[in-house]
Amino acid sequence: MFEVTTDWYLSLAAVLFSIGFFGMMIRRNALIMFMCIELMLNAVNLTFIAASKHFGTIDGQVAVFFVLVVAAAEVVVGLAIIVSIFRKQSSASVDVLNLSRG
Amino acid sequence: MVEFLLFLVPASLVLIGALIVIFAQNPVHNAMGLVLTLISLAIIYITLNATFVAMVQMLVYAGAVMTLFLFVIMMIGVDKKEQSKESIKGQTLLVSGVLLVLISLLIYVAINSNFTWDLWFEAVQFDIEGTPQLIAGTLFTAWILPFEIISILLIVATTAAIALAYDTKKRKQHV
Repeated sequence: MFEVTTDWYLSLAAVLFSIGFFGMMIRRNALIMFMCIELMLNAVNLTFIAASKHFGTIDGQVAVFFVLVVAAAEVVVGLAIIVSIFRKQSSASVDVLNLSRG
Repeated sequence: MVEFLLFLVPASLVLIGALIVIFAQNPVHNAMGLVLTLISLAIIYITLNATFVAMVQMLVYAGAVMTLFLFVIMMIGVDKKEQSKESIKGQTLLVSGVLLVLISLLIYVAINSNFTWDLWFEAVQFDIEGTPQLIAGTLFTAWILPFEIISILLIVATTAAIALAYDTKKRKQHV
């Protein structure tokens, strides 16, 4: 029972992903939705690292770097969009966004 | 037993941090919950022999990305009164149902697959250490094309962020 196998890490990643998904669905503040995306990306990273350990190859850890870069790029663009929306609407809630026109 | 505790303690901290992220009402508290999750994940990475990834996780995620988040939170102000009224009827209930299905499916796959879906690999007995040398050796040979493409992505993202943040009206007044 006390032996930690790969399944445990995969289960933890599954729970973490589900929490991120749940938060993404129930929260309306765009910033917190972004944090939930980060949670989901980190869950995927954990599965990559666990698989890397399981198979004894380094490729999983290299893949984590690509996920990390994509996450950083996504946060930069996303936060810039949130800031420019906030200038017009003075709210970060996604419920008030009903215009494509700026 | 020590191995079990080394898994259990960071894993619980990961989940506690994740729950703070989705349930706390003050955005600064959410950000701190995310920091807790990221640092605990770095500890788990170390126990999985991925030392360099753990280091990068601390520097890039817990350092740079979270600083960016906190900057934006401070910039647009902490609005605590998020509408708790559902704009779609029965949304929370529906999402909880979907969540239950998702979580049971994911854990079922995680426990039962035992990686039998991929017969090209077999679980190995020896351990590899995720040192910078080993990672760089793979990254700059087998993964060199994705590496170059991802550098273009970073340039594009930086340009896009500048273009979005550039306020044309305000600029014209100053000139």
